Amino acid sequence: MQLFTCPFCGPRGESEFHFGGDAGNIRPEGDVSAEVWTDYLYFKNNSRGAARQIWMHLACREVFLMERDTVTHEVISSEALVQEQQA
Amino acid sequence: MTRHYSAISLLKEGLNGQQGWRPAWRSPEPKKRYDVVIIGGGGQGLATAYYLAKTHGLRNVAVIERGWLGGGNTGRNTTAIRSNYYYPESTALYDLSLKLYEGLAKELNYNIMLSQRGMMQVISSPGEMEMAARQVNAMQVNGIEVELFDRGEVQRRVPIFNFAPDARYPVYGAIFQPRAGVARHDAVAWGYARAADRLGVDIIQQCDVQEFLIEGGRCVGVQTSKGEIRADRVGMAVAGSSGALAAKAGFRLPITSYTLQACVSEPVKPIFDTVLLSPMTGTYVSQSDKGEMVIGGGLDRVPSYGQRGNLPQLETVLSGLLEMFPIFRQLRLLRQWGGTVDVTPDSSPIFSESPVPGLFVNGGWGTGGFKAIPAGGTLFAHMLATGSHHEISRPFDLARFRSGHMIDEAAGAGIAH
Repeated sequence: MQLFTCPFCGPRGESEFHFGGDAGNIRPEGDVSAEVWTDYLYFKNNSRGAARQIWMHLACREVFLMERDTVTHEVISSEALVQEQQA
Repeated sequence: MTRHYSAISLLKEGLNGQQGWRPAWRSPEPKKRYDVVIIGGGGQGLATAYYLAKTHGLRNVAVIERGWLGGGNTGRNTTAIRSNYYYPESTALYDLSLKLYEGLAKELNYNIMLSQRGMMQVISSPGEMEMAARQVNAMQVNGIEVELFDRGEVQRRVPIFNFAPDARYPVYGAIFQPRAGVARHDAVAWGYARAADRLGVDIIQQCDVQEFLIEGGRCVGVQTSKGEIRADRVGMAVAGSSGALAAKAGFRLPITSYTLQACVSEPVKPIFDTVLLSPMTGTYVSQSDKGEMVIGGGLDRVPSYGQRGNLPQLETVLSGLLEMFPIFRQLRLLRQWGGTVDVTPDSSPIFSESPVPGLFVNGGWGTGGFKAIPAGGTLFAHMLATGSHHEISRPFDLARFRSGHMIDEAAGAGIAH
């Protein structure tokens, strides 16, 4: 069992989390080409090693950014996308 | 020196104290230049090299492999071979593969131990049974021999399944493809390697691709741990590492890498003579020729290149297995392992020229690349020899993600990834 750290609830088992894709994959605005739209929808960084990813903690429904190593499974950091006082 | 494998050569070598066997393949140093370089010495890459030499007459070909032959997903899967897919495009691909598998041991002069014991997909609810009837219909329309079993037929064929009235996963019926089965996975890789080597292909192991040589926007070779190797065309068949290798060439793929786990039990006497899949639990099981129960399941839910599994998914798979086969509670597990698989949005593979001209991609096989090795090799060899698609591989081009012509087997055939 891998332990991931929810910025709100602390370390929890991996089965409480859902992978949400690459961090920084921003939805293109306006009238964009099929290539840009396809790239946003389907193409992935899929980094080997350090990766910045969006995750959801299913128990508290909060979405956050986690930096983890996809080879060693080390969790490097996790941070809230929106700070708690603003949320 | 004995090259050909036969009863007579076995007898002859037996009388000679087994001294005359040639190594199955050479281990040459890489040349400076090849017509085609294939990255990845798994089943797909080795089959591609073999068909390039045999079908297209291209013998100045190298396969370069970072580790050892068949050490990735070819050596880590649960060896099921089948072609019971929903869409005609997939059927064309996977049934070509099954047909080639049927003649492969003879063609390669290498016993791949193909055992067409049939595959049974058990159905655990009335709703699923209706979908199963639809799937069987589609498969039959696609020309695949497949049957819809009722509960009685499943009971007759797999008496050790849990048919108790209070079973957690009751049986309503099953989809059965009689031509499906299993083969010896290592033998498929080694058989293709040996046959390709005999046609002049250089197989270079322990050779890591460090970067791609790109000149004028075109891929003209690779820089490896054994020096620079130039080629007219470069193909990558590195499912599991496709994303990481694509990053070295400067492009992205519609692929996420996940771990797929498998395990085997201690060997027991023959008790189970088919391949069984339960879509409800995601559990795959068959019995190897040695007697081990070979068990596979769904993907781990965390993206990873780690080639090792984790307990939550293993628990799901094994608890499902024990619900279906209470008799297996007595078994002990012998080994457990994980492989890294390429998962695409539509659960279908990718054959395509990459955004870098001269560099071609064979990947995205999800959990099912082993069954597709002969077809994957045939189609990728066609692509690398001619620079264009074979009719069967055309629908699997990267262009489908832009045009929207997905081949969504996750929705169609209920593929577990």
